Amino acid sequence: MNNSIITVKNISKKYTITHQRGGYVAMRDVLTDIAKKPFSFLKNKAKQITGKITKEEFWALKDINFEVQKGEAIGIIGANGAGKSTLLKILTGITPPTTGEIRMNGKVASLLEVGTGFHQELTGRENIFLNGAILGMSKKEIAKKFDAIVEFSGVEKFIDTPVKRYSSGMLVRLGFSVAAHMEPDILLVDEVLAVGDAEFQKKCLGKMDEVTKQAGRTILFVSHNLTAVQNLCKRCILLEEGKIKMIGETKKVINDYLKEDTLSKNSSTKKITDNILYKNKNIELQKITCNDSPQKNISISNLPTNITIKVNLRMKEKNKLTLETCLKDKLGNHLAVYVPGHTNPNNVFLISPGEYSLTAKIKLPKLNKGTYFLDFNFTNPGIESYAVINNAVNLNVLGYVFAEGRTFDADTNGAGYQVLDGEITIK
Amino acid sequence: MKTNLTLIKPKKTFNWNDFREIWQYKELLYFLTWRDIKVRYKQTTIGILWALFQPFMTMVVFTIFFGKFAQMPSDGIPYPIFVYTGLLIWQFFSASLTDVSNCLIANKGIITKVYFPRIILPISSTVTKFVDFAIASFILIGMMIYYQYTPNLIGLLIIPLLLLITFMASVGGGLFLASINVKYRDVRYVLPFFISMMMFITPVIYPASITGKYSWILALNPMTGVIKAMRAALLGNAPINWTLLIISGVTCLIILLIGFYFFKKTERYFADIV
Repeated sequence: MNNSIITVKNISKKYTITHQRGGYVAMRDVLTDIAKKPFSFLKNKAKQITGKITKEEFWALKDINFEVQKGEAIGIIGANGAGKSTLLKILTGITPPTTGEIRMNGKVASLLEVGTGFHQELTGRENIFLNGAILGMSKKEIAKKFDAIVEFSGVEKFIDTPVKRYSSGMLVRLGFSVAAHMEPDILLVDEVLAVGDAEFQKKCLGKMDEVTKQAGRTILFVSHNLTAVQNLCKRCILLEEGKIKMIGETKKVINDYLKEDTLSKNSSTKKITDNILYKNKNIELQKITCNDSPQKNISISNLPTNITIKVNLRMKEKNKLTLETCLKDKLGNHLAVYVPGHTNPNNVFLISPGEYSLTAKIKLPKLNKGTYFLDFNFTNPGIESYAVINNAVNLNVLGYVFAEGRTFDADTNGAGYQVLDGEITIK
Repeated sequence: MKTNLTLIKPKKTFNWNDFREIWQYKELLYFLTWRDIKVRYKQTTIGILWALFQPFMTMVVFTIFFGKFAQMPSDGIPYPIFVYTGLLIWQFFSASLTDVSNCLIANKGIITKVYFPRIILPISSTVTKFVDFAIASFILIGMMIYYQYTPNLIGLLIIPLLLLITFMASVGGGLFLASINVKYRDVRYVLPFFISMMMFITPVIYPASITGKYSWILALNPMTGVIKAMRAALLGNAPINWTLLIISGVTCLIILLIGFYFFKKTERYFADIV
């Protein structure tokens, strides 16, 4: 027996894809289907049983093997849909694996969401107990740590107020404080730090760091925030399409991941519209181009330059609309924002239903050589978001080319946070 | 140092360890029940008194319409106490059945984010309803004093057994419905209708005796035996029909086992499809 605290062996998870017509299956429909065509139903069932019809299968995870040593913090990164969350859900026991085995030595706690089970009507005090119990703490344990939890959260004043009156920031802080005071041997954390303000995020990361180093606790950390992973974890696993692509020192894995992501053939054919994170039914995005190219990868020089984003879209209701953009570095740190609606209210356009073409010309600052990302947010600022595209564009900033053809290749980070200028029109 | 080993494998349907696990999570059971009770009466002015008010008003309305106007027979017992005895058990049964059926969907947020034995949720739902039952039974005690009924000793001893049968019926049926409800959401709409229909084939507002030779239809419903025995035990209108009670008990046990089996069998998919 070795002394690894988590051993993951040949874990695979299969989902069968059923082609639902959106929403839930109603038993009514199933029954009427059977009643209408009893024979074809039986035939299909028989075929299913004899294996003539194979359901469409999808392996969310395939043959995952790794070990984690005691006191280690290990990060899991990968693109959307690489299987990070599925792996975490299997580790926590929320959903069982299709094959394989996991051994974990010690008390396990998981944090997939801050404030799981919080009830709006209950007070902060009551929710601490409820949430603590859901996370697996005993009543005695919670009572003992109650003061520390309240203090860490910074909501002492409102502890006897129903949490429905809390701001979202306060809720997150309260939820995290409870979680931070669990004393498991193994802590499984999902992207929970994406919420909450920057200062509190730092505090949480600090707390987690302290926990691993002092108490010898093991942390498994899933995140998109590569900076956080880099700060917290020495070792890191890169998942790609349900398989482990790489395990190793965090810095190396992250660098490889980023290279892979921006340079692989795969991503060079990707379109800007491929990464739509969220879209409501009010908007239809037909075509998006950046500097007249629908591709995700754009190369620009490191001189101050303009980029032009053109969007063909259709709105279904009369609404206000503008486009906001966020410029991020390769680790996901926000460098600059383009928020036309905030700088000039005339840049928010009231448009009636119909098709429009939106053009935004944005002045980029002088950027160092490297990879940057642009996020798009189609929004009525401060009111509603119609569609969000994360990492919509990969900006590949080339080194500065001198007149005589030499390039200047300083590869350092350090653009300050700034508000970008630009012009926006919708026709 | 105590080491606790967690082993995760593709799930089997049934495992004796599941029972030990329920015991391990007893505090969560306590908190979930506590939450449900607390939340329900939180923003109401008369608070916990609602648990008294609801069955009481139902009893008053039934007494006026069925007892007074319709002249419903009641085996020689004053109609209010006759109908209330039935209502008390019936409401415990129907409320638990409804709540258990919806418990997985209502707690979707927790199911998809944290692991715990899912069976905790239906148990907690029933316990919550039992608290309501206990509160509402104070009215029955008051009525028994008012109408001067003294229950006999066997009568008092049999009540826990009756509650156990009701518990098995509502949890068993509820587990089955809850598992289907996760996949087919129309259960939620059909159930209230189904439950109000079922009340009419249960001798709640009328005595079983009025059905005459068709009383076997009522006997198909396990709650019939329970309600009849409850009246017999507390009000002494008839001797306890042991055969009927045993049939009810066995039926409910079978319902519970089927429900439990079905729940365990589908449990592993809950987080994926809920």
